[in-house]
Order: sequence, then structure tokens, then C-alpha cells
Amino acid sequence: MKTKTVETPMKTELPAKAAMPAIKIKARNVDVHYGEKQAIKDLSIDIPARSVSSFIGPSGCGKSTFLRSINRMNDTIPTCKVKGLIEIDGKDIYDKDLDVVQLRANVGMVFQKPNPFPKSIFENVAYGPRIHGLAKGKTDLEEMVVSALKKAGLFEEVKDRISQPGTSLSGGQQQRLCIARAIAVNPEIILMDEPCSALDPIATARIEELIDELRENFTIVIVTHSMQQAARVSQRTAMFHLGILVEEGPTELMFSNPTQKRTQDYITGRFG
Amino acid sequence: MLAQHTVRSYDEELKYLAQKIAEMGGHGERMVDQSIKALVEADNKLAKQVVLDDQFMDDTQREIDEKAIMIIAKRQPMASDLREIIGAIRISADLERVGDMGKNIAKRNSAVSETAHPLRVFRGLENLAQLGLTQLKDVLDIYASRSVDQLDRVRNRDEEIDQVYTSLFRELLTYMMEDPRNISSCTHLLFCAKNIERIGDHATNIAETIYYIETGRHMTLDRPKEDKSHRVVLEEPK
Repeated sequence: MKTKTVETPMKTELPAKAAMPAIKIKARNVDVHYGEKQAIKDLSIDIPARSVSSFIGPSGCGKSTFLRSINRMNDTIPTCKVKGLIEIDGKDIYDKDLDVVQLRANVGMVFQKPNPFPKSIFENVAYGPRIHGLAKGKTDLEEMVVSALKKAGLFEEVKDRISQPGTSLSGGQQQRLCIARAIAVNPEIILMDEPCSALDPIATARIEELIDELRENFTIVIVTHSMQQAARVSQRTAMFHLGILVEEGPTELMFSNPTQKRTQDYITGRFG
Repeated sequence: MLAQHTVRSYDEELKYLAQKIAEMGGHGERMVDQSIKALVEADNKLAKQVVLDDQFMDDTQREIDEKAIMIIAKRQPMASDLREIIGAIRISADLERVGDMGKNIAKRNSAVSETAHPLRVFRGLENLAQLGLTQLKDVLDIYASRSVDQLDRVRNRDEEIDQVYTSLFRELLTYMMEDPRNISSCTHLLFCAKNIERIGDHATNIAETIYYIETGRHMTLDRPKEDKSHRVVLEEPK
């Protein structure tokens, strides 16, 4: 008796790749000087809307300087000069006719150390809408404060002590209060400069959870020294070194297979 | 070549994993080689030793798993380091299976030696084992040298193992048809052949893992597959 072979064909298909969302912030050939010292060299980057982008890199690499250039916080430093183009929704933010106060309302900022005003929780959040004349009356203002506190995930914890000082809250709560204060004026972009570096792991986790919720409505740019945080919260990551943007790309690629040796060395702990 | 980590003990931990993989590889090769030798020479004592040797493979795989988990917890590895660690976990699992295959061949030793079997059947099996072992050795050499350009050659050679396995499958089927007294031994030998064919597959898996560790990319899916044994049937006599 003999053997023979029968046919059974098989097929495999690969999934298609997702497209990149719309660009919110566009920078081209940006140089930033502090007096003689150049802090940013020829930086060009596109930051997509309604997503989280993180900036990583060793201390002094220029990531915070660039972050502060996005809402012109660097204008407050007399020796600081910004050259090149930074656009938000296609508008040059260094245009001399631009209203800087309006820009900073549109581009909110949260700092490393929580810095609530020495006022009540309510007043901390109400301050922005009040000076920008956003509220139509007392009820409207209250609604805005409650809405911002809710978005920042803080309302349930503070609703019974809303007239107490903001500084009476815990560090993590104070940071969420600062986020509530930033979003009360309806910004489109939130910049965060190491927002969790002064917080314990639980408070950090709550901020990260909040960042993940906020990205539905806001474009978020975060500077962080924690690579794991960048990997957890952001969709895109940019690596800075010595004032140069070394590499920028989807976070999952940046932390699994970066193309540049400097990125590879930094994220794997081989730097310097 | 990457520079050293700022924390030197991190480098030592990664080196330790690679060293354990190399030990498992060498041990696995020896087990398979000796299991075939025991079969051909009807050496039951050697076969029993191979069965006992599998303990080392199981223990080392567990050790690699535990060490890898500790490194991940302690160092939060990224990029190439993370791939290296995950790669070690995967490769040790493949090698542990290679050990199981060798052990399984050894366990069938007495069942084959104590029953009737055509002597020429061992030639095909030895040939197949040689191919499987070369495959395993080459891929372990590449793990040590990281010369990923060699990987395609190794992976494509699995095709040859598949071809030899399919023809051995036919051969064994024919012996069984020729003389039903062969059925018992040939069925066991069929499993031995299948085990070696699986070793080739594990070597291919290891090749793919090494490629991923080194490049961060996956090898293309469309590699040649020549194992047609699942389609081999007996033809009805006319």
C-alpha cells in the first residue's frame, strides 16, 4: 500500500495601522537663548490634539524651557529670547498683536510643586473665570467651579469644605486643585511640568488617572523624569538632550524600540 | 554594542540570565543527542539518565523566570533591556520543552528496544536528529554572538527538517503496513520523530526571539513550512 498527500490551504492577514490625529501645536526651527547660553537648538515638532505628549530627557536638556515657550511663560525672564515659529491651531503665538493673557488662559499650566493661592478652595478655582469675565453671575460662577472640580476628580473630596483654604488640602489634592484652576478657564491645552514629582505613589496614580480622562477634551503636554510615567500616560514621547530634540514618536515605540542610541541609552539607564 | 548601565549590578543580572540560557542550551542538546544514542544502541541505562537530566532544565527555567521577574520589579527595564529579559523568559520556555522532548524520546527507549522493529528505521531518525541538533546548536551560537544576519539561514533550514520528518512519517507508515508486528515500535518511533521535528520548531522560535531582542522587530510571518505529514494518508489498493 502507498501513501499520498491531500491539500488544505490556509491564509493569514495583518491588521491595518491607525492614522495620526490633527496637529494642535506646531514648532519649527525654534531656538531659545538665556542670554549667551542656548537652551534649545533648532527644534521642530508637531504635537497632536486631544492626546498626551511627554517630554523626557536628563536635567538641563531644555524640555521645561520648550514647555514654557508654548504659553510664553519665558517672557517673564528678561534674558530669554525665543526665535523660530510656534503655532497653536495655525496661529503664531509670538505674533506681536497676540494677547498673551488670552494665550495663557487657553494654554494652562501645572507646576512641579502644587501652588494654590492662599485663598479658599472655591476662590482658587473661581479666580480665573472671574478675572477673564467668563461667568454671567454668581450661580454661573458656582457651576463653573463645581464643573472644574468635578473634571479634576476633586469635587467629592472637597464639597463639604469648599470655603476652607486650598493649602489645607493634601499634596495630591492641592495638585488636583491646581489642575481644576487651570481647566476652569476652558483651556484647550494643559502644560504640566513634572506634576507628580512631589507626590506619593497613590496621589501620583490619581493624577495619572486624571490625565488619562482629561485627554478626551484637552491637549496635554507633560514633562517628566519618570520614564515609566511617560510610558503610562502619554501617546507620544519626545526625547531631549543638550537642547536638541533627539527623537519623537509613538510612546510604545519610543520605549520598546527607539531609533536613536541616545534615547536607548537614556531610557535604559546607561547615560553619562 | 551598548555601554554599561550606570548601576553595574544591573549588567551582572542581565549577564547571569544569558549565562543560564547558555547552560540550558548545552544541557538540552546533550539530552537529545543521548536520547537518540540510547535508542539506537538500545541502552536503557543511558535513557534513564536522560530522564533524570530533565530536572535541571525544569529547575533552571524556573530560576530564569524568577530572576527575570525580580529584575523587572527592581529595575523597570526599557527597550533593549526589556526585550532581553522577556527574550530570556521565552527562550528558556522553548529550551525547557526541548528537554521534555529529549526526555520523552528516552522514556520510549524500552518500548522500542523490547519490541520488533526494522533496523533501517534508525537511519532516518538519526538523520533527522542530526538536523534538529545542528539547528539547535546554530541558534544557540547566534544567541551568544548576536549575529542576527545568520538567523534567516537557520530559520529557513527548518524546512529541511520538515521534509525529512514527512518522509520518515511515510516510511514508518509503510513499515507498519508491511508487518503489523512493527506497529508498536513504529508508533513509538513516530512520536520520537515528531519530538525531533518539534525541537526544530523550538529552534525556529528561539531564532525569532533573538531577532526580536536585537532589532525590536518581528521576523516576517511567511517562512517556508514543509511539514506535510498532517496530509499524508494511505492510498486504497486498486
